[in-house]
Parts: sequence; C-alpha cells; structure tokens
Amino acid sequence: MAKRIEISGLNAYYGKTRAIEDISMTVEPRSVTAFIGPSGCGKSTLLRTLNRMHEVIPGARVEGKVLLDDLNLYGSEVDPVAVRRAIGMVFQRPNPFPTMSIFDNVAAGLKLNGVRGRGRLGEIVEKSLRGANLWNEVKDRLNRPGAGLSGGQQQRLCIARAIAVEPQVLLMDEPCSALDPISTLAIEDLIASLKDKYTIVIVTHNMQQAARVSDTTGFFNLAAQGQPGRLVEIDDTNKIFTNPTEKATEDYITGRFG
Amino acid sequence: MTSDTLEQGATGALGGRGRRLGTGRMGDRLFGISTRGSAIVLLLIIAAIAVFLIAKAVPALKADKANFLTSQEWNPDAAEPRFGILQLAFGTLMSSLMALIIATPVAIGIALFIAFYSPRRLASGLGYVVDLLAAVPSVVYGLWGLQFFVPKMASVANFLHDDFGWIPLFGGDSVGGQSLLTAAVVLAIMILPIISSISREVFLQVPQANVEAALALGATRWEVIRMAVLPFGRSGMVSAAMLGLGRALGETIAVAMVLSTAAGISLHILRPGGNTFAANIANTFGMAGNMGRGALIASGLVLFVITLIVNMLARAIVARRKEFV
Ligand SMILES: Nc1ncnc2c1ncn2[C@@H]1O[C@H](COP(=O)(O)OP(=O)(O)OP(=O)(O)O)[C@@H](O)[C@H]1O
Ligand SMILES: [Mg+2]
Repeated sequence: MAKRIEISGLNAYYGKTRAIEDISMTVEPRSVTAFIGPSGCGKSTLLRTLNRMHEVIPGARVEGKVLLDDLNLYGSEVDPVAVRRAIGMVFQRPNPFPTMSIFDNVAAGLKLNGVRGRGRLGEIVEKSLRGANLWNEVKDRLNRPGAGLSGGQQQRLCIARAIAVEPQVLLMDEPCSALDPISTLAIEDLIASLKDKYTIVIVTHNMQQAARVSDTTGFFNLAAQGQPGRLVEIDDTNKIFTNPTEKATEDYITGRFG
Repeated sequence: MTSDTLEQGATGALGGRGRRLGTGRMGDRLFGISTRGSAIVLLLIIAAIAVFLIAKAVPALKADKANFLTSQEWNPDAAEPRFGILQLAFGTLMSSLMALIIATPVAIGIALFIAFYSPRRLASGLGYVVDLLAAVPSVVYGLWGLQFFVPKMASVANFLHDDFGWIPLFGGDSVGGQSLLTAAVVLAIMILPIISSISREVFLQVPQANVEAALALGATRWEVIRMAVLPFGRSGMVSAAMLGLGRALGETIAVAMVLSTAAGISLHILRPGGNTFAANIANTFGMAGNMGRGALIASGLVLFVITLIVNMLARAIVARRKEFV
C-alpha cells in the first residue's frame, strides 16, 4: 500500500513567480516526514505538488518530476484525478462538507470510488472513524451534520474521510494549527498509529510536534525575501534537532531565526 | 506596574467607549425613528391598497351568480353576472409551471457553465449577456413572441401533434402556435436570466475549501459540482426558481400578446387558447364595466394569494434543510 515518493528538480510557479526552486528529496514509505520552515517558504506549495493540487489554482504550474514508486505523477499519461484518489490530503483548516452528515462526509471518497451499499459503506465508515479516533464520540449521531462537530472533531473527521479510501500516501498541511492541545495530542497519536500503513508527509510550524511525530525532517528556507523557497537540508529528525549540518537549520530550530 | 497599565488601559477604554456611546445615541435614535417611520408608512400603503381592492371586489363577488372559485365562465357585465376563476387559475399555474420546468435546468446549466467550465474571459461576457436579457422589457418579449415565435411554434406544434399525439399532453383536436405551450416557452425565456444570475451568484459563494476538499478526494469537475456545489447552492437555487415562478405567475403583457385567449380548461397544451389572471386583466380591464372591474380585481386578489403561497412554499423548502447549510 504505502509507496515511496521521489522528488527531483521540482519547481512550482504561481503565474510568473516561482514559489519553490529545484527541490529534490525522497520520502520513505511507512514513515512520517515533516516539513518545517518559516512562513512563505513554500511548504504548502510543495505538499500540494505531491497530489497535483497545486495546478488547480489558476495560473499555477509545476516543472520537474515526482515519482510514486516508479510512476511519474507528472507524466503526460497520468490523470490528476487518479493521483488525488491515491494520495489523501488533510488541510490546515478542517473542511468537512457542510451539507453532509458525518456518515456521508466519511463516505464521500468511497462513493467516488464506486463503493455502494449502506452495509459495505457502513463498515468502512466505522473502521475509518475508529482509525481517526473519533468513533466513540460520534457513533450515536452519524446522521447529524459534520459541521456541527468541534474544530478538533472536524479535523479528525477530515482525517477519517482521507483514510477511508486507503490512500497510498497521506499529506497533512498543519493539521493541528487550529486545535487545542488535547485534540493535537489525539491527532499526533493518530499519526503515529497510521504510520505503519501509510506514507505520511506533514507540514508543521510546531518544532516539538515535528520532533515528536516524524522520522525524517526537511527544513525549507528562503534565500532572501521575494526569492523562491528551497530545501536547506533533510535528515533523520533526531539529527536535525540535535546536530544539524547547516547553520541556518540550527538557527531556525533554536529560535535564532531572522 | 503591569496592573497599573492594565487599570489605565481599562479606564481609558471605558472613557472612550462612554463618549462613543454618548455621540452614538443621537444617531441611533434618528436612525431608529426613520426606519420605524418607513416601516409604518410601508404598512399603511399596503393596508390602503388591500382596503381599496377588497372594497372594489366585494360588491362584484356578492353579485356573482356563479361559483367564483369553480366556475369557468367570465361574464361579469351581463345582466345576471356569472364569473369564476378556475380557468384563469389553471392557465396561470399551467403556463408558469411549464415555464419553470423548461427554464430551471437550462438556467442552472448556464450558471454552472459560467461559474466552472468557461474560460474566465468568456465567463464575464456571458454573465453580462445573461444580465442584459433580464433587462429586456416584457413588451419586447411579447412582440418577438407574437411576430417571430408563434409561427415557428405552429410547426413545432404540428410536428409534436402528428408524431407524439399519443402523449395526452400533445393530443387534442386542433393545435396551433398561440397555445399555452408557446406562452410557457416565452415565459421560460423571460425568467431564465433571473434564475441563472442568482444561481451563478450562489455558486460563486461556495467556499473554496469545500471545492478543494472534493478535488483532493479525487473528484472530477462534475463530481465536485455534485458533492460541494449543488448541495451548498440548493436553497439558493430554490429561491432563484421561486423568484422566476413569481415573475411568470404575474407576467402580463407578453402572455396577453402571445395567447389567443379562449375559454375552457384543457390539458392539451398545444391547443390555441387558455388564459391567465394577468392576461385576462390586461385584455379586458379597459372595456369592463363597474361589475367587470370588481370581478377582475377579485381575480387579482386570488393571484396575489397564489403568489403568496408559492413564496411560503419556497421558504418551507429552504428551511427544511437549513440545519445542513
Ligand atoms: N494562491 C497563490 N497565489 C499566488 N501566490 C501564492 C499562492 N499561494 C502561495 N503563494 C506564494 O507562494 C509562496 C509559498 O507559499 P506557501 O503557502 O507554500 O508557504 P508556506 O511555507 O506554506 O507558508 P505558511 O507556513 O505560512 O503556510 C509564498 O510567497 C506565497 O505568497
Ligand atoms: Mg502553508
């Protein structure tokens, strides 16, 4: 299920401005990779190139290669819709469908994939909600609107929605930034438990979180204001947080940034 | 030191607020008086209209020798007045509903195309054209309908009658261009812009976050529309359709010009004839006597009640799923 991602020579543009420049790196399967770096250095942009969500923004385009195992996601024969079905995404702000019940939110991706029948759907919905640590809180109100949950519950609902289709990779863009510490811990536990099935990439501004949940950490930075973001270094999380190679990384993680 | 600054800040803020409130109160009062005043004036105007209409209608209703609700006759100025609205109600509802059925899917299709499919430059041009259509006066639609469309519809009617006559709607003895169906198509064209432009506004308000959520699940463009756009826009589309229906129900001059009004109720929508409240008023008010005018006003009140019910139904539909929107 889980697959390796290999990024090489990747540039992403918004219109004429280049947001990230010449990124090359590998994301190992069944591990958590964290992207850290100052605001605006292109972490979200890079994450969105990995499931071809970048190009849905008018004028946005990508150069370079992203290999999912052996398949180039930017190959001419590849359908972006199929890529997005294989690679799940959780956004910074919880975005359940406001018009759907909790059940239908989780089932949304399944229905797209042609899973039919309330019984079959029900099984997977339960499994996904359990997987997202939300089952006990919502099992009695599956037909209530998903938007009626708390922020932390909504985010876990979005995670359940993403894992329901058993994606090969799970991308998370600051999934805890709108949450309280307890919900944050719940989601971190969840990430740890999802690790043995999925390849996970997480963007975070929280150093402790990156240190707690990730195996590998990539640090991104801008050469200067207005320049595109680059990958400064990527290594074992332990190494990055104790003994980084680059001075810029050390400055950033010790808070002496800027 | 911190508590000092805090207190200072607090009193400063309070002082500022107090002064604000002081100056604001005068403006508040003026604003309150003027809004209340206009609300009262509005209510008075409505009440005056209602009193006038009812006062005119009641004597005619009293003199009516036929049943006002179930009779199909319309002879209010005869020595023994006999008139009823059944035929008018039928023609009005039938033509408006057909117009709605024709116009809504097309209008929503146009709105979806403008909002999601067309290139951006084309989209703004198309939106402009649709808005322009809404500004065409109805008498122009009436002229166009009568001069251009009725002859065309006559051959369409013949075709439908000959090849699909076994469908009861298209059956009947005589078919022609000046039928309820023609009126409905003209009405549909007239209400299309308003349904379309309101739907488009609603679609453009769908949160980008929901669209992206659907895309990230691997939805195609049509699936995005089905998952995130249409459910979100449902109440807006219902409102749009109801506004269109309201306009169709009350439309006067275009229908009066297109229909060759004739008595009788028939489900054969290709048959020349049919009549509506508004067209009947427009066609006969000028020549009507005292009793006739009272009768027409009474029929106008019924149209008003029907429009009111349509609006209430629309609100009920919108409210039913409010929890989810
Ligand atoms: N939709 C957009 N249109 C144009 N430019 C954009 C868009 N989104 C992001 N950018 C630009 O691309 C650059 C990288 O943005 P990105 O959102 O990837 O940064 P980030 O590292 O995720 O920042 P943050 O930590 O604040 O989320 C920024 O300079 C930003 O202004
Ligand atoms: Mg970001």
